[in-house]
Amino acid sequence: MSKHVVAAVSDLPAGSRRQVTIKGRPIVVFNLSGEFFALVNRCPHQGAGLCEGEITGLVTSDRPGEFHVSREGEIIRCPWHGWEFDIRTGQSWCDPSRIRIRPYPVEVAPGARLVQGPYVAETVPVRIEEDYVVLEV
Amino acid sequence: MSATTLPRTEAAAETRLRIVDCDVHPAMRSAAELDRWLPPRWQQHRRDYGLRLRQPFTSTYPYPKSAPALSRRDAWPPGGGPPGSDLDFMRQQHLDFHDIEYGMLQPLSVRGMDERVPGFAEAVSCAVNEWQHDDWTAKDKRLKGTIAVPGEDAQAAVKEIERWAGHPDFVQISMVTRALEPLGRSRYWPIYEAAAHFGLPIGLHTLGTSGHSVAGGGWPSYYYEEHQAVAMSLAAMTASFILEGVPERFPDLKLVIIEGGFGWVPSLGWRMDSHWTALRSEVPHLRRKPSEYLQANFWFTTQPVEEPENPEHLRKLIDWIGWDRLLFATDYPHWDSDDPRYAFKCQMSEAEKRAIFAGNAKAVYRL
Amino acid sequence: MSAETPGAIDCDLHPALPGCMALLPYLDGHWREEIVSRGLDDLDLALWPRNAPLTARQDWRPAQGLAGGSVDLVRAQALDPFGSSIGILNTLFGAPALHNVDMAAALCRATNDWVAREWLDRDARLRAGILVPMESPELAVQEIERRAADRRFVQVLLLGAAETLLGRRVNWPIYEAAEKHGLPVALQVTSATRVAPTANGWPTYLIEDHVNFAQTFQSQLLSMISEGVFSRYPGLKLVLLNAGIGWVPSFLWRGTKEWRALRREVPWVDRDPAAIFRDHVRISIQPIDAPPDPADLAALLEMVGSDEMLLFATDWPHWRFEGTDALPPGLPERLRPRVLRENALATYPRLKESLP
Repeated sequence: MSKHVVAAVSDLPAGSRRQVTIKGRPIVVFNLSGEFFALVNRCPHQGAGLCEGEITGLVTSDRPGEFHVSREGEIIRCPWHGWEFDIRTGQSWCDPSRIRIRPYPVEVAPGARLVQGPYVAETVPVRIEEDYVVLEV
Repeated sequence: MSATTLPRTEAAAETRLRIVDCDVHPAMRSAAELDRWLPPRWQQHRRDYGLRLRQPFTSTYPYPKSAPALSRRDAWPPGGGPPGSDLDFMRQQHLDFHDIEYGMLQPLSVRGMDERVPGFAEAVSCAVNEWQHDDWTAKDKRLKGTIAVPGEDAQAAVKEIERWAGHPDFVQISMVTRALEPLGRSRYWPIYEAAAHFGLPIGLHTLGTSGHSVAGGGWPSYYYEEHQAVAMSLAAMTASFILEGVPERFPDLKLVIIEGGFGWVPSLGWRMDSHWTALRSEVPHLRRKPSEYLQANFWFTTQPVEEPENPEHLRKLIDWIGWDRLLFATDYPHWDSDDPRYAFKCQMSEAEKRAIFAGNAKAVYRL
Repeated sequence: MSAETPGAIDCDLHPALPGCMALLPYLDGHWREEIVSRGLDDLDLALWPRNAPLTARQDWRPAQGLAGGSVDLVRAQALDPFGSSIGILNTLFGAPALHNVDMAAALCRATNDWVAREWLDRDARLRAGILVPMESPELAVQEIERRAADRRFVQVLLLGAAETLLGRRVNWPIYEAAEKHGLPVALQVTSATRVAPTANGWPTYLIEDHVNFAQTFQSQLLSMISEGVFSRYPGLKLVLLNAGIGWVPSFLWRGTKEWRALRREVPWVDRDPAAIFRDHVRISIQPIDAPPDPADLAALLEMVGSDEMLLFATDWPHWRFEGTDALPPGLPERLRPRVLRENALATYPRLKESLP
């Protein structure tokens, strides 16, 4: 595992997502109201790029005809078949114990601590005070 | 830590399999595009009245789909227009990406067989065929057209078939699966006679507004039900073909059922046979067990592929149907499409893959 | 003759009701007069013409009278030869299909009285389903309430196809009453013919109507699952009669697949529809609609994925098999006691109250 800078925090505002490729792996990074999460950008069902999916809440119901929306912005739906995944854990809503997207650890690190990676090399000179989103892959 | 269910099945380069995709949907940017091939009288009619279908809305489905244009959310062409309307983008995202050798076009949005006004039904069918030719098959030789027909008027349908039969770009005849009457009825037989005569399969893509509910119990409430019940409607349609004696009368006729999956197929044969034991005196025109016609005259495209929990059950299911009866299809660009790399969750031999992904289709369509 | 399946519980027997005139003793004054003055007798259902070969096995057609027409016949042809300890009578009669719900209610009530008096009172092995005027859920519930105290009535009988899909909320009072009284709901191959049985309208032949009923059953199940009937009434059991099981695997696979894609439309379906199906649905074994090779039945049953689902039935006097070969060839030995008896006891709570 090594650490990779994928974006400046200011480039990934709350509610947004970004696709990156690290070590040849497509990964999508999400900012959920200031918390960062990352998933492999590949639906475990048929391989669609999740980054193109809709971000929604979780719709549940206590009884027929009633709709309850919670966790607004924390669910991503596959752009093809609509499978729902928890952005925080990668687990599918329908079969959380068996179907899951691989999540990656994400942290926010101050720019001054970073010493490697092309992103740092290109941007440090102009944005040295920024915080960076760092993926561990 | 990764608990995905996605197998890594990319084929090695030396055994590269070129795919025949038996269900690709081209779309018009708007219905007005049709005017290029409509006579002025029908252009005016289209603008003033539009299609008259047996459904509550002029253009929206009675069961609103789960995605705009019922499409994959990544299939909207960057240059504008609905999914399936931009040939270059279709090439890039689908035909080239998956190395599709042939793609069978299935135009859905405007279909003459569903139209209630007879003259317009003919004009629309005719225009859809010209459109497929001018904008698609003439521009990309991988694409093959389907002859749209105003199928509720068999004579007019035969006329349209005769116009295109023998054209190398058109490889089948298209009818809706939800027609005014059960499709085994003799009113449709002139179409089957022409199809058998010209060696053209009938491609039955799930579609249509017959005015009847999708399955026997009545009108469902949800798209979730309507979408799943498609397989039920196709089973009843297939039973009609067989029990009315269509394949008995036209033994060389090829019937390809498109976008119904295939899980329902074996049990239809078993149930027809179990009831035929007692009720054969009602259908003396059948000289064989109903299931034998099912195995002789019908093919099924694979999408939406069945996904049993146990992948071995998928293999058993295909054993029951026959490995020579399934034709791979993606249904590009629709939301419920199948990716050829990942759709089948079971192991298949190289020969089985070649049959389902290409060989069976080449034999049926004589490609 | 020694019994083929000793102790079996036969979940599908059809007593033949000659017609409305036979119900006159059980009708009140007004309805007796209506029936007589309007000359209403035959309410035979279109799916079961009396002389069609499927409707009665040749050797079960008596020289005189109706096939399935008497307690003597059910004893001699069904209960005794198979060694059944219990047999459930499911009357096939058209009263629930009438558009006039008051007339339907009167005739259903009379039919249930007729079954109690002329069948249940005469053989202690017999149980019965309650015929209800289902097009008026309110009147149907009244009939269930009236009958519930007679513990020999063990389920509620519904037409396989009626005015609306059965999952629609308008029908829920029936399920509420059934659940309350420990009565499963059974669907028969019978239709009120309010809507065409296929997406292409009305098929030509009787054989098509019967074949297509497998799809009608599926549409009903899909409706009941997706409308949330089983979420709302978790104690409810649904019994399908003459449905076959061949279609079950594909229905379950497709149900799971579609649910993963579209469940937001029906969020009260909060677990896999296949699991809901296996918990709530039971299917009689006539016909089984299995692969022709008996060795493949085990494979099909593995796909069905439930040892609790199948219920023994002869479907007497319908023609489904010869002799006493009611069990499907290839049925795994371990399932035999379950299919013959245990599954029925688990499905019908009332059967356990008076076990012979």
